[in-house]
Amino acid sequence: MNVPSHLKYTKSDEWFDPATGKAGISDYAQGQLSDIVFVEILVEEGETIEAGKPIASVESVKASAQVYSPASGKVAAVNKALPDKPELINSDPYGEAWMIQLEGGTAGDVMDAAAYEKYCAERAH
Amino acid sequence: MTYIPISPKERDAMLATIGVQSLDELFEDVPAKHRFPKLDLPPALTEMEALDELSGLAQANENVRSDLISFLGAGMYNHYIPSVVDHILRRGEFYTAYTPYQPEISQGTLQAIFEYQSLMCALTGMDVSNASHYDGATATAEAVNLANAQFRGKRKKVVISPTVHPQYRAVIRTYTQGMDMQLAGDDQFPITDYQPSDLLSLVDDNTCLVIVQYPDFFGRIYDYTKLIEGIHAKGALACIVANPTALALFKTPGSMGADIVVGDGQPLGIPMWYGGPSVGFFTTRKQFVHKMAGRLVGETVDSKGQRAYVLTLTAREQHIKRERATSNICTNQGLIALGTAVYLSLLGKKGLRQVAELCYQKAHYAAAQLSKIEGMGLCFSEPFFHEFALCVNRPVEEVNAHLLEHGILGGYDLGQDYPALKDHMLIAVTEMNTKEDIDTLVEVLSEVSHD
Repeated sequence: MNVPSHLKYTKSDEWFDPATGKAGISDYAQGQLSDIVFVEILVEEGETIEAGKPIASVESVKASAQVYSPASGKVAAVNKALPDKPELINSDPYGEAWMIQLEGGTAGDVMDAAAYEKYCAERAH
Repeated sequence: MTYIPISPKERDAMLATIGVQSLDELFEDVPAKHRFPKLDLPPALTEMEALDELSGLAQANENVRSDLISFLGAGMYNHYIPSVVDHILRRGEFYTAYTPYQPEISQGTLQAIFEYQSLMCALTGMDVSNASHYDGATATAEAVNLANAQFRGKRKKVVISPTVHPQYRAVIRTYTQGMDMQLAGDDQFPITDYQPSDLLSLVDDNTCLVIVQYPDFFGRIYDYTKLIEGIHAKGALACIVANPTALALFKTPGSMGADIVVGDGQPLGIPMWYGGPSVGFFTTRKQFVHKMAGRLVGETVDSKGQRAYVLTLTAREQHIKRERATSNICTNQGLIALGTAVYLSLLGKKGLRQVAELCYQKAHYAAAQLSKIEGMGLCFSEPFFHEFALCVNRPVEEVNAHLLEHGILGGYDLGQDYPALKDHMLIAVTEMNTKEDIDTLVEVLSEVSHD
């Protein structure tokens, strides 16, 4: 399982990059969902959102999940290319599969990589 | 396994287990007046006597196969049904109304649904069809759900043509209760002057969907291409409610640019019964498939590379996506959908076109003859398929009572839905009506006009 150390994570498996303001779902989350066939970004550029607000809806071949914002701030960009290539969430969850980018984003209830890794390991049992 | 859930012995055992003496004691907390009443029934009959009794009752029915000549349509049509359709529907392997709940072991059922979906796409000119809905009205209401989901609830207005079937419009109103939708268009134009392009004046930035019918409720054929361009220019989606028989003869809704095409599958080999059960088809463009309600069968290959069928994209459905799903409907009308697939397979492309041509020609013969009757006349001048509005200049109820005396089931009374069309009836003509039938109708109506 890939848990990059420079990112912050939520209990609902989103990641947030305080340096760039980007957010998406974790490697653990994509692995649990299996093959992702659909993603819809639910927020628009220019919107101001609170941490915990639904930002995307993801469907895999067997499950459906809501993605919540890991941070508060103004939506500077949404990944418009992602809905056409939802499989990127499986192959590159922290890179090309970013979902939104916040400007002046303030992280909500997040943990660091070490804590998140531990949290995932606990759930595996 | 025996399926006799309760014998006196078992009942006593159950009562003893819970510690009551009798059924009366079990129900004593329910006030006596609310308990099941004593029924005043005649003595029980033997099977032979019951069959006699029921046959007698059944004979009181009159049907369009042997008793009546029918010119009644308005959503349900009297077409010839090859006997193979019923024969296949009654096969034990298929004889269930349900989509399989352990789908992958039910390859035959899945393949039948897949064929049905493929046929519906071919008929409508669309990319994808779901496994069906209950009927045309509910399929149309699901189009509203799709549009609402597509715009994530941000566009709340649906513009509906007044010439969409009145009962479909009523079902849309029922479905959208509590959804905070604004329904407009079907009570805003004088029906006698209405043109589909009138709807554009109501389409705005808040409109998610515009619904029109093809042929419309009065049987008229319009090319909706320009209208749909206008709808798309406002960013809204366009839904066409179509009669599948007509699609064999006219331009497909897909080629007019429709985003959703729905309709009732009854004309495709399904009897009129007593108004149902029927089947609703629902087709759309690939880009909207994730917002489509209902089940969807896909073709794939198994681990050995052999062709196989699966229920696909199920995560959009309510049993997985819960309250975030487009619709809480996921059931389909499997058996009836199969009936339409068998019918279409038997007739083929040419056969279906032949049925449509017969309907068209016979309806036009009837319209020409009927419009010659003094005091009667066609209400509209637009091109039509197999149904038309006829002004009879007296209460339709009276006219139909007279027709019934001559063994004719007359047209639909348009005055009940359109006050401006009081004394107008909607007459449907199909391949089942012979020239003699039509001439008889003309003759009887001529008598009526001279009364």
